[in-house]
Amino acid sequence: MKYLFQAAVIMAVTLAGELMHIIIPLPIPAGIYGLIIMLACLKLRVIRLEHVEETGAFLLEIMPVLFIPAAVGLITAWGELQAMLVPLVVIAVVTTYIVVAATGWTAQLAMKKGKRDGK
Amino acid sequence: MKDAFVNSIYFGIVLSLAAYALGVWLKKKTKTDFVNPLLVAIIVTIGVLLLFDIDYASFNEGGKYISYLLTPATVCLAIPMYKQLQLLKAYRKAVVFGLLAGVLASLISVLGLSVLFGLTHRQYVTLLPKSITTAIGLGVSEELGGLPAITVAVILITGLLGNVTAQGFCRLVRIKDPVAVGLAIGTSSHALGTAKALEIGEVQGAMSSLAIVAAGLLTAVGASMFAMLW
Repeated sequence: MKYLFQAAVIMAVTLAGELMHIIIPLPIPAGIYGLIIMLACLKLRVIRLEHVEETGAFLLEIMPVLFIPAAVGLITAWGELQAMLVPLVVIAVVTTYIVVAATGWTAQLAMKKGKRDGK
Repeated sequence: MKDAFVNSIYFGIVLSLAAYALGVWLKKKTKTDFVNPLLVAIIVTIGVLLLFDIDYASFNEGGKYISYLLTPATVCLAIPMYKQLQLLKAYRKAVVFGLLAGVLASLISVLGLSVLFGLTHRQYVTLLPKSITTAIGLGVSEELGGLPAITVAVILITGLLGNVTAQGFCRLVRIKDPVAVGLAIGTSSHALGTAKALEIGEVQGAMSSLAIVAAGLLTAVGASMFAMLW
């Protein structure tokens, strides 16, 4: 029954996320609203960890499998992929290192400053 | 006979699960960072469909039931995030500024390069969520009118690249602080990079895990605005 109860809680939050997605006219996926609702409920102790933990862990564990059908859609997007293959590879590689540097340097600077202020 | 087989909704489900199981087995067997179970599953599944001349629509009759679980699974990302909130508080400045800088750098550099390459709006929004976790990136791409399948592919490439090279790159550009290294890897290459950060050290792994969801959330919001720029 534990898993069934936890699934019910998770699905209810998902449903709330879907509703917000319909109401709020922004191009933000329903899962994001659900994630924020879940986080707020956990923080406010409306939902406690034991209400969602095991079923949540299961969903998180199988997550990569859930991407397979969408990714296999490449089979129908072959032409589109070929048309943008070179920019795609260049952008994938270049931006990855830009993000590493931007995040790392900024965080490092904040850490150093924080330490100095602390003293 | 073949029609009855592939038209069953369970065909797509069994094929996806079996292909992924094969990927997990291969990963264990080869112990190579580049052998990713999801990558193997995608290649094997596409291979089977092409080999037996099965169209995507019949595969997706079952596949769509797997996809349905993605939204509740995304909601569950709140659980590890909740457990890491203490960490966010402890290193608040580094986390907030690091993540903001990283997410902005990602959106701006994708925008700049898309303009440079003269990509279409559709191609541009397909690439916008390239650095974040697939669960969120896939939804963002769909919402913005991108090509979700290509988004998954570019997210995978980014993740594998981060997993294999981010640690060396951090050393090269003198990012040494463990908190900064973790945030940099998680923000740039989501869960796949985080797998490596967890190997480097406890602090690096924890910060990287925190960055996956936090950067995903920030990017989802930022991308909805950046989508209007090109």
